Amino acid sequence: MSTDTAPPRSTEAAGSPGPVPVSPLSLWAGDVATVTWRNLIKFRRNPEILLFAVLQPIMFVLLFSQVYGGSIQIEGGNYTDYLMAGIFGQTVLFGSTFSGYQMAQDLKEGMIDRFRTLPMHDSAVLFGRTNADLVLNGVSVVIMMISGAVVGWRFHEGWLSFLAGVGILLLFSYAFSWVMALLGIIVRTPEVINNASFMILFPLTFISNAFVQTDNLPRALEVFANWNPISALVQAVRELFGNTGAAPTPDTFPMQNPILTTVAMSLLMLAVFVPLAVNRFRQASSR
Amino acid sequence: MAIIEAHDLRKTYHSRSGDVHALAGLSLTVPEGTVKGLLGPNGAGKTTTVKVLNTLLRPDSGTATVAGVDVLHDPEGVRRVIGASGQYAAVDEHLTGRENLEMVGRLYHLGGSRSRERAKELLEQFDLTGAGDRPVKGFSGGMRRRIDLACALVNNPQILFLDEPTTGLDPRSRLGLWDVIKDLVAQGTTVLLTTQYLEEADYLADDISVIDHGTVIAEGTADELKAQVGGHRVVVTLVDSADADAARAVLERHGTDDVQQDTGGRTLSVPVTEGPGALQHVLADLASADVRLHDAGMRRPTLDDVFLRLTGREQADDTASELEESA
Repeated sequence: MSTDTAPPRSTEAAGSPGPVPVSPLSLWAGDVATVTWRNLIKFRRNPEILLFAVLQPIMFVLLFSQVYGGSIQIEGGNYTDYLMAGIFGQTVLFGSTFSGYQMAQDLKEGMIDRFRTLPMHDSAVLFGRTNADLVLNGVSVVIMMISGAVVGWRFHEGWLSFLAGVGILLLFSYAFSWVMALLGIIVRTPEVINNASFMILFPLTFISNAFVQTDNLPRALEVFANWNPISALVQAVRELFGNTGAAPTPDTFPMQNPILTTVAMSLLMLAVFVPLAVNRFRQASSR
Repeated sequence: MAIIEAHDLRKTYHSRSGDVHALAGLSLTVPEGTVKGLLGPNGAGKTTTVKVLNTLLRPDSGTATVAGVDVLHDPEGVRRVIGASGQYAAVDEHLTGRENLEMVGRLYHLGGSRSRERAKELLEQFDLTGAGDRPVKGFSGGMRRRIDLACALVNNPQILFLDEPTTGLDPRSRLGLWDVIKDLVAQGTTVLLTTQYLEEADYLADDISVIDHGTVIAEGTADELKAQVGGHRVVVTLVDSADADAARAVLERHGTDDVQQDTGGRTLSVPVTEGPGALQHVLADLASADVRLHDAGMRRPTLDDVFLRLTGREQADDTASELEESA
């Protein structure tokens, strides 16, 4: 029965010459940068990840603008202009689910165990994940804008407003990445994450103003759509790009104040899900 | 002095089918510079023990120190002095071997240039320089294990945790990895090893703890454990199973216990008191009974026998019995 009566700390002597003392914050930032770099390498070596992120929205752009474009009338505008904000919203929403898929995958494959035996900051794994997915989403949005431009989409409110629109898309996608990352840690099965998010997010984007004006929807769905956070995001982007057309904006708070709603909603998601995910991550370890 | 000490570790998993006591009061001591083998059937608690000691898992109760650092109170202090290599290779498939090593170096806060240097050194040491710039995805099982082990060595750890390091490897890769581990131990690294392979524990470990149902049920060197089971056995393999009865009669005459016959009926064995002498007598009697032999020898108890005796069940992965040539 030996109690640990203060053994001399011979432990620090081991290993290579100790690193120069650095501030905890820069150590943390270094960890985040390393993990982000690791995740980006995976994107670079597997271009199909990006391909799958944009393939479906590109198909949507073509189908909606070419098939429905003629029959859907947008007062004081054209349908292609109107459609693209919805496509951008859909792209970043689905793009963010990758954070959950990849967290589950890393847990499953034992990468998380590796990270957790290293003297790095736990939260760096999550920040590295969401940062890399933000880059992926950024690239996807650019590709979608090019696709939109090809079928005739244009923004009309000037560059500053355009950049604000891009910023709001990315802010939302980053915040939503954290929600998905937490789900990935809890669910732990990449395939389940994929299927479940598809089943929830698909109707969510359709019962919104992403592809149609909500006043065309049945009453119950119209109410839902006008309060749907996806609608707020799409409306905000639509306003900033000058793609709303002349139809009156539905009379709900999120629709009347879409930019405020989207920014507030994104910040709220970050405030809740960053600490929640980090905390949950500390308890997680592959079985 | 003990560099790893665990005292009365307990961990219970609650599941629908009832509580599982993964650790039920497990205690363990590993002296500095030695190799400790944790041996036990699947689900005995080997991996759970390692995960507690390398800070991946918090026990429900109990205490543990690694290199004098308390595992529960200062996990980060522990992480600085250990290296861990998992059951399945926890390396990033999409990164090259070199990138994996560099990443680990950076996360140990070695800095960029030192991380690159260290990656280069390890690739050379592990004979992976040629493959080092290819994504790990294309590596063979053996190369993957080597890069995984290399990742665990980036910080020159005092203590190395190896959780089933050679599971699933072909014999040649296994031998290669054993050599690497032997070298590390020769340089003074303390190793805690879990394994399914009894011969692996026999070959690598100075000291073995047999674990079952979350506690240590036996401890000692491989020889000490074998001695617990008993002395030699004489084993003969017949050319023709028709001779089985004659052979059985001879073995019964010289043995101290029941004769065991394998399912094919051609291999028979019996425990004996004095190995070489008994073997000589058996062979002489078999020759005069005109029984033709395919093989004959003396076998010391293997860890398989130890296992069977201690846990009452056979090791899942049946390793080949070691037939010892009689000198």
